[in-house]
Parts: sequence; C-alpha cells; structure tokens
Amino acid sequence: MVTRGFFSGRRPPSDTDERIPPGQYLEQGFPVLSAGPTPRVRTEDWSFTLKHGPRPIKKWSWAEFNALPQNKMTRDIHCVTAWTKFNTPWQGVLIDDILADAGIEPPSGFTLAHSFDGYSTNVPTKDLVTGKAMVALLYEGKPITLDHGGPARLLVPHLYFWKSAKWVNGLQFTERDEPGFWELRGYHMYGDPWREQRYSSDP
Amino acid sequence: MSAEPQPQSPWQMATITRIEKRTPRVTSFWFQPSRPFTHLAGQHVDVRLTAPDGYQARRSYSIASAPEAGAGIELAIERLDDGEVSPFFHDVAEIGDEIELRGPLGGHFIWEASDGGPILLVGGGSGVVPLMAMVRHRALQKSAAPIALVFSARVWDEVIFRDELIGLDDRRDGFDLALTLTREQARRASDYSRRVDARMMMQAMERLPKAPRLAFVCGSNAFVSAAAEALIEAGVPAGFIRTERYGV
Ligand SMILES: Cc1cc2nc3c(=O)[nH]c(=O)nc-3n(C[C@H](O)[C@H](O)[C@H](O)COP(=O)(O)OP(=O)(O)OC[C@H]3O[C@@H](n4cnc5c(N)ncnc54)[C@H](O)[C@@H]3O)c2cc1C
Repeated sequence: MVTRGFFSGRRPPSDTDERIPPGQYLEQGFPVLSAGPTPRVRTEDWSFTLKHGPRPIKKWSWAEFNALPQNKMTRDIHCVTAWTKFNTPWQGVLIDDILADAGIEPPSGFTLAHSFDGYSTNVPTKDLVTGKAMVALLYEGKPITLDHGGPARLLVPHLYFWKSAKWVNGLQFTERDEPGFWELRGYHMYGDPWREQRYSSDP
Repeated sequence: MSAEPQPQSPWQMATITRIEKRTPRVTSFWFQPSRPFTHLAGQHVDVRLTAPDGYQARRSYSIASAPEAGAGIELAIERLDDGEVSPFFHDVAEIGDEIELRGPLGGHFIWEASDGGPILLVGGGSGVVPLMAMVRHRALQKSAAPIALVFSARVWDEVIFRDELIGLDDRRDGFDLALTLTREQARRASDYSRRVDARMMMQAMERLPKAPRLAFVCGSNAFVSAAAEALIEAGVPAGFIRTERYGV
C-alpha cells in the first residue's frame, strides 16, 4: 500500500536496479553490525579449525593459513538491515582450497561457521564450495579491520551478510541443519536476499 | 497433518494514534497495529514506506513502551536531516496515517523482569529507546531487580525521557540513573560531563548490590564500541555484554 506523503526516497540509480534485491537500499559506506563487543583477535593467537561433528580434521595457524592459495572476489553484499553495497573487493582462501588442503571431499549436509566471540551461523555445505565462498583475509587489498571481522571472516556473498561470520575461527560439518546465533533468535535458516528470507516465518 | 497455524503475512498496517515531541531532535510516535501483538522489552519493529511508483524504504525502530503498557507501541525516532525515513516521520507523518509495520522482532537484546538482575544498561542518544522499554517494564512489573542505567547525551535538553527517568531514579527502589553529558556540565550529583569510560562503568557497578549478570549497550556504532570496551576494562566478561548497533 502506498504511504501517504512518501515520494522522494533514496532510489537506487535505475541502471543498477537489477542488482538490488527487494527491500534493500544502496549504501556507500560500510556499516558495522554485531551482537557483542568487538573481540581483539591477534594473529599470534589466531587459528582455524575444520571439524566433522565433534571430530577435528585439521587446524591451521595464521602463517599456515596464509600459505594456502589466495583468490580474489569482488561481490555485491546484502545486509538484512536493508543495505546493499556494490563491488566489495575481498581476498582470501576459497573453502574449496581449505578442504583440499585437509585432504577431504566436501561432506553433504550443512556447515556451522564458528567465531572467536562465540558467534555461529549455519550454511548448507553446497553454498560454500565450487568457488561460492571464502575465508577472507583482505578487504580493498588491506587487512580486514577488527570492526569488520578481521583478521579473517567468512564471505558467503549470495546470502544475507549475517551468514558471513566475522572473526571466524572454524567450520564444522553437521548432518542436520543446526541454527546458529541469529537463526536461534528468529532469523531465517537460509537467508536468500533475493527471496527476502529475513525472519524464520518468511517462506 | 500438523495443527500449527500458518504464518500470517508478516507485514501489517498500523495507525498513528499520538505524536509527541520528546527533544528537539526526537519525536515519539504511537502506533496501533491492526493485529495487536505483545512484545518483549528490547525488541524492535521494522517499518516500511512505499512510494506511488512502488519504491520501498524500510528501517528498524526499537519499541520504547513496556510490553504491559497497552494502547499500541511507542517508537521514538531521531531526525537525521539527510536521512530517508526519519525526516518522513518528522515532517510528513500525522495522526491517523497508516504505516506498514512488522514485528515484534529480535530475540537477543531483550530483558524480562523474570530474568532478574542486576542489570547494567548503557545507552547513547536514541540508543536509550530499547533500554527505556526495560526500565518501564521493571517499574510496571514492580520488579525488584537492580538496574543501573548510564545514559549519554550531548546536552541536558537532548536527554530523551528525561523527566520520567529522573522520576524513576528519585524513587530509590533499585533503579539507578547516571546521565553523562558530552557537551555540557553535569546537573545532578550522580551525573557526569564526559564520554563513557571504564571508571564510569566501574562506578555504575558499585551502585549495584553485586556484579551485573548482563549488560546491554545500545547506540551508534562508535558509541557501542567505546562503551563495550569500557565495560570489559571495568571487568565485565565479554560474554555478559549484549549490544545493539543502530548503524553509522
Ligand atoms: C535494531 C535497530 C533499532 C533501531 N531503533 C531506533 C530507534 O529506536 N530510534 C531511532 O531514531 N533510530 C533507531 N534505529 C536506526 C534507524 O533504523 C535508522 O537507521 C535511522 O532512523 C536512520 O534512518 P533514515 O532513513 O532517516 O536515514 P538513512 O537514509 O538511513 O541515512 C542514515 C545516515 O546515513 C547517511 N546515508 C545513508 N545512505 C546514504 C547515501 N546513499 N548517500 C549519502 N548518505 C547516506 C545519511 O547521511 C544519514 O546521516 C534502529 C536501528 C536498528 C538496527
């Protein structure tokens, strides 16, 4: 229904319409959102663990992780709080390369991403592999700032950005789709911005 | 087949029933949802505006009223002059207007009287809004849970809900208020005139009977970062701190 007296609006330029999911607006800055204080993660203390259920498969130090193949990805990102940001340039390690280094095939089912601050979020494993997602180490060619999840954050650009866990310290394969932090608090299990899957009651 | 009700269309119309200027920059709007709901103190709603050509803008606003207050929900909206949605409310919206709204939303930044205390609340500017719902909920429930609120505003006249908060503080019934003004001198003995810091957080905790079991911090991103750091420096475990950031 049309809102009386609402005309102007901050319309996205029409040539970019098809890149902005419904309900989103174009953001030039880079807002920061998180559920708790910003953890101070030092690269000396940093590690990344791959697990299958409770069983650890492999663990990397900061130096070991940085020695993995590096890839670049420039993507549009979509935050559930309704902003979309175009062309964000990241560099990091594809999930495919993490799995290859651990010597495993991608398991079926789901993945929980875990973070240093206790945050977690769930993603179907197939949404992480075949070049779709990475653990990002650089933003605009520079180390990711702590506010934005540095030293390393998950990047799953085709889902709402709360899935791109900040301060990530591991991935855990699970058989069932287990809700993470925001999913336990009413957010959608999958979170496709093009289908506006914000809250658990959204189809 | 399951007997669970089908999810309703999450958006609904709500009618503006009352408008009241709170400070030079903040105005409260009361909404009566067409499908009334009960919320928890600290939750927010999403509001959606639609232009004649179908363009939509949506934003989140915390609910300022207590769950048991009845008669719709209060949103306290700060005007950002170059913003898209908040100037619409300040300049255009009138009593009787229908606005699309969705909620209540959020399951993390909430406090119920049954959760108990002590609780430490730290708000900056309009970040006080969800904390106000908690303070009002405590008062209406006649809860004895100790709550300390540290509220940072630029000047005395920008202290949202000022008279109500000071009135509750004066009851001396376990709710403790410290105002901190960043651009003016403090006016009351318990107030400060500087930005929040670890010493202020320590003193707020000393006014509680024992260490807080939870701290809630809300405001702009910069405020929340600074206040959360101050709490950690003052000895509050990071896992006890819940934050809500209003963006830029
Ligand atoms: C959970 C939650 C609860 C909230 N509760 C409240 C509340 O109780 N009260 C309250 O007042 N606010 C609250 N907010 C903030 C609120 O949602 C809005 O962000 C706020 O009202 C600003 O919206 P706006 O449309 O007026 O401004 P916006 O249009 O979003 O602009 C915000 C600022 O960013 C700048 N900006 C944004 N986009 C552009 C652009 N394309 N070009 C140039 N500049 C730009 C503007 O200059 C402006 O200063 C809450 C936010 C969240 C997430």
